[in-house]
Amino acid sequence: MSGVQLAHIRKSYGSVEVIPDLSLDIAEGEFVVLVGPSGCGKSTTLRMIAGLEKVSSGQIAIAGRDVTWTRPKERDIAMVFQSYALYPHMNVAENMSFALRLAGTPKAEVQDRVHRAADMLELTPYLDRKPKDLSGGQRQRVAMGRSIVRDAYVFLFDEPLSNLDAKLRASMRTELALLHQRLDRTMIYVTHDQIEAMTMADRIVIMDGGRIQQVGTPKAVYNDPVNTFVATFIGSPAMTLVPADLSEEGGRVVARGDGFALPLPDRLKAAARRAASRGVTLGLRPEHFAATPRGQDDAPVHLDVKVAEYIGSSQYLAARMGSHDITAAVEVGPEADRLTAGTYHFDTQRLYLFDRRTGDSLTRAG
Amino acid sequence: MTDGTTDPLTRPLPAPTPRPRFEAGFLTPYAFIGPALVVMAAGLLYPVVMAFYLSFYDWQIGLELEDAPFVGLTNFGRMLVDHQVWEVLWVTIRFGFWTITIEMTLGIALALLLEKPIRGASVFRTIFILPLMVSPVVVGLIWRYLFDARVGWINYYAGAWFGIEPQIWLGDPQLAFFAIVFVDIWQWTPFIFIIVLAGLQALPSEVVEASTIDGATWWQQILFVKLPMIRSILVIALLMRLIDVFRGLEVMLIMTGGGPGRSTELLSLHIYNRAFETQQLGYASAISVLLILIVFGMSAAILLLANPMRERSDV
Repeated sequence: MSGVQLAHIRKSYGSVEVIPDLSLDIAEGEFVVLVGPSGCGKSTTLRMIAGLEKVSSGQIAIAGRDVTWTRPKERDIAMVFQSYALYPHMNVAENMSFALRLAGTPKAEVQDRVHRAADMLELTPYLDRKPKDLSGGQRQRVAMGRSIVRDAYVFLFDEPLSNLDAKLRASMRTELALLHQRLDRTMIYVTHDQIEAMTMADRIVIMDGGRIQQVGTPKAVYNDPVNTFVATFIGSPAMTLVPADLSEEGGRVVARGDGFALPLPDRLKAAARRAASRGVTLGLRPEHFAATPRGQDDAPVHLDVKVAEYIGSSQYLAARMGSHDITAAVEVGPEADRLTAGTYHFDTQRLYLFDRRTGDSLTRAG
Repeated sequence: MTDGTTDPLTRPLPAPTPRPRFEAGFLTPYAFIGPALVVMAAGLLYPVVMAFYLSFYDWQIGLELEDAPFVGLTNFGRMLVDHQVWEVLWVTIRFGFWTITIEMTLGIALALLLEKPIRGASVFRTIFILPLMVSPVVVGLIWRYLFDARVGWINYYAGAWFGIEPQIWLGDPQLAFFAIVFVDIWQWTPFIFIIVLAGLQALPSEVVEASTIDGATWWQQILFVKLPMIRSILVIALLMRLIDVFRGLEVMLIMTGGGPGRSTELLSLHIYNRAFETQQLGYASAISVLLILIVFGMSAAILLLANPMRERSDV
């Protein structure tokens, strides 16, 4: 199989081990996003794929060829950096054609490829400009153009949208997704922003402390997180975790804690019984709260609303449930007044259950 | 509160206050640069103006300035046909060409070699910049003794290691010229080195990495990315060295006194000799004016052509 393969990669700087043991298999043409908090090793991993950092041990293969010890230029990669990393003394066309010119590509072909890439990215009017005369979004597009022109086997992105404002970031996300469709190349994308990961990825790799926590489609990591780290990292606003004790009441398992008593759905019964003695952590996603009951799975909870943020059709509540700070995203329509304290409803079918000690999921389908 | 559909200003405003003629604190920046301006004017402007003024008088040492006769442009006319002035100007140009060419080449090369954090680099860096810390007068003294024909180390080691016959280094016009070029390179290469090194280390690492990804070799990276990106720094280093060539005289004054003949007499040393050896202050001032014009012209030309400030970019 081709694509990009990382086998038992280890990376340490002196005695500091950044990545203890990482293996990952990326299919050809796949859009994979490495996501995690800063210092989780995602950028280091990308830089090792690029060849900008050497692995301490392990093997890297690109397109079925071992590249562990080859130089970046021999890996058939293109890379987009967070700071764009444009050559300030070259104009846009020169920036985009630099790699081709170094490789001795015929002039006519260089021109042709630069113009096609510029066309695709709507950069044609700016080909003669220096980077300093461009806006942030245009610079970002030049950086992408520089990699598109290369027509590399793998495209690497190191937080390429972090320096853009929110609106531009959203539109660049769309452009990137389109670009992936059009080029049909393997893309590996590093970000700390889970929204970027969720919106663009075929598969998300969630990392923490140099280790892969979970690999899966956006749907899988959202619906079926392996542990509390992934559960709270993916999803916005973030999932609330509260400690709970389990007890059997009239044939149902009920999770009780300070200020709430939530009956578990039947599918969680078996897992709950196994974990009952150890105690569990309950995971509540904000979007599964509602102002009015929707069905028989809804359980009432009292929320003491501290702040209600008007978003439009929904409101984000910073509230207290018993002694726990929780976040709820309640859809009440754009006409509703700011929500206040009262009884809200939680869809118990959507409860997540984690081992209180290890943080591992108890509700996983698998 | 308004509902957003009517004029938002529903309540009367208080009477407007007049816009202040001067913003509060508009004097503050001038107050801060004021003292520096005064010092600059006293230390820089006054001597320059005085040089212009004196160049119109035939003022000799021992004469009161008020008694010195006004001679108009006579000093300048004399300078134009004074073969000594043209001779030392030619020495200065040759000296500048050789020293600056070699210093820039060596300094840039060393900076590129010691840029990476390799083992021992910091030790080398410190050793390299030592000459820069020695006062030019001391440099002149040290090298005068090192080049000494009878007791100098250079003759001793040249003989002991390479079997070279003892030379009268500072007594032969060509060898003496070589010696002052050598000493200048010894002292000022570190200056280029340290400036270029600082420039290289300030380069954004992602841009350099991008060129690695783009397939640039070590050499291509230097030629097409690193050096162009520190161009403004190179221009400023070049400018400072050029100005120094026309300004410095201590080392030659002590090592050779400008001799033998005028083989090591740079323009500034010539001015010094004219002023204090032959005591023609007015004429020396006229040559100083020539020097000022040369330095000013060169600086202006370089700044116009290379414009190091224009290249500043936030990319």
